[in-house]
Amino acid sequence: MPVATPRSLEAALSALKAAPESQFLAGGTDFMVEVNAGHRRPGSVIALSRVPELRTITTSIDSSTMRIGAGVTYADFARPPIADAHPALAASARSVGSPQIRNAGTIGGNVGTASPAGDTLPVLAALDATIELMSVDGAVRMVPWREFFVGVKRTSRRPDELITAVHVPLLDSHQDYLKVGTRNAMVISVAGLALVVDFGGRNVRVGLGSVGPVPLRCEEAERWVVDHIDWDARTVPDPRSYETFGALVAEAAKPITDHRSTAEYRRHAVGVMAQRALMRLV
Amino acid sequence: MNDSTSSVAPDSPLLPDFADELVGYTLTVNGSTRDVEAGWAGESLMYVLRERLGLAGAKNACEQGECGSCSVLVDDDLVCSCLVLAASVTGQQITTVEGLLADPVTGMSDVQAAFVSEGAVQCGFCTPGLIVSVHDLLEQNATPSELEIREAISGNLCRCTGYGRIFEAVNVAIRNRASGGAA
Repeated sequence: MPVATPRSLEAALSALKAAPESQFLAGGTDFMVEVNAGHRRPGSVIALSRVPELRTITTSIDSSTMRIGAGVTYADFARPPIADAHPALAASARSVGSPQIRNAGTIGGNVGTASPAGDTLPVLAALDATIELMSVDGAVRMVPWREFFVGVKRTSRRPDELITAVHVPLLDSHQDYLKVGTRNAMVISVAGLALVVDFGGRNVRVGLGSVGPVPLRCEEAERWVVDHIDWDARTVPDPRSYETFGALVAEAAKPITDHRSTAEYRRHAVGVMAQRALMRLV
Repeated sequence: MNDSTSSVAPDSPLLPDFADELVGYTLTVNGSTRDVEAGWAGESLMYVLRERLGLAGAKNACEQGECGSCSVLVDDDLVCSCLVLAASVTGQQITTVEGLLADPVTGMSDVQAAFVSEGAVQCGFCTPGLIVSVHDLLEQNATPSELEIREAISGNLCRCTGYGRIFEAVNVAIRNRASGGAA
């Protein structure tokens, strides 16, 4: 059976067990582009769009974490409860493609494809998300984002595993996602930046996209800026801090020059975005 | 209409390079059951609609979800049919521009009639996709703001009109629906 259309998680895992070489199909927004261009010839496909278990959004009993099913679409991200809980995730999802693309594309697809330009990935990095995988035997494995993304379009998902959800901590935070591309709409990221200012934990997290093989964090910039925020007043007392923060974030980027942009421009862009995002949030 | 593999040109990039990938399946398009015989498993819904089911409304331009010319509804979700694997949407309701409710006299939906009356069509290539997108918008939101209209059609590229008359047509369709005109 070349195209399986399972209607349950159990059926999806059974299909994988029966045909371990199968290609998973989520929203199709990356995969079908390659198929249409003749770059991919799927031997067998497991289509996940009608697995209801992958569409659920739940909050842990202690309200510390939101579990977002892998089949939740970008369009869903722009609405409550995700948009209320994780504004940067909503902003990143809203920056993806067009309404048509956002209706189809999913978080599981974005994570599984692991493109350096994947818009939700720097946000998941900044939020310290965990990827939930389930094997054909039903074993659940929780993998922190840092261990999940291992290279350009490469993840630590094992061949007998399906990405079932992402777990995102719920924070008392201000957060945003900024993106640079060649135009304002429907554009692949040339550089992306997620900033989370966690007032509860009194820390700052910066996630970068499209400036490295995997999403990056900027630990030095994060540590530096924590001491330059007045956490009680929720202000940045010295306006020069914005510029320094931007410079530190730019230093942390590992950009390359490719057909979309140059390394120099990308480094500059993330510095500007870091500065701008901090001004917006604090 | 041609539902045999002979409709695939020998040099088509869609032609499989392995013989065992021919599958038959059934789609529900505009309320009708349509058999797709011996289709390659990797064919997009856009390709199947046009080349196997004879529904040429969804247009093929970019084949990568950039232009919106192939927009259709799958279970009431607006999507680019070029990015939908046809064999994966068996049992789902597929609505193309041909399936939008039409006035029996004019043969046009209210959105189509508004596009005609406002001259929102130039070369016409993007028009079917725009009609489906606008139809989807008005089904969900009878009184969209200008920003909501712009966002709703942001995935439909038109290289002729500059969009001015398209916005006019959307506004005419909104007014006509509000005043109880043809649905």
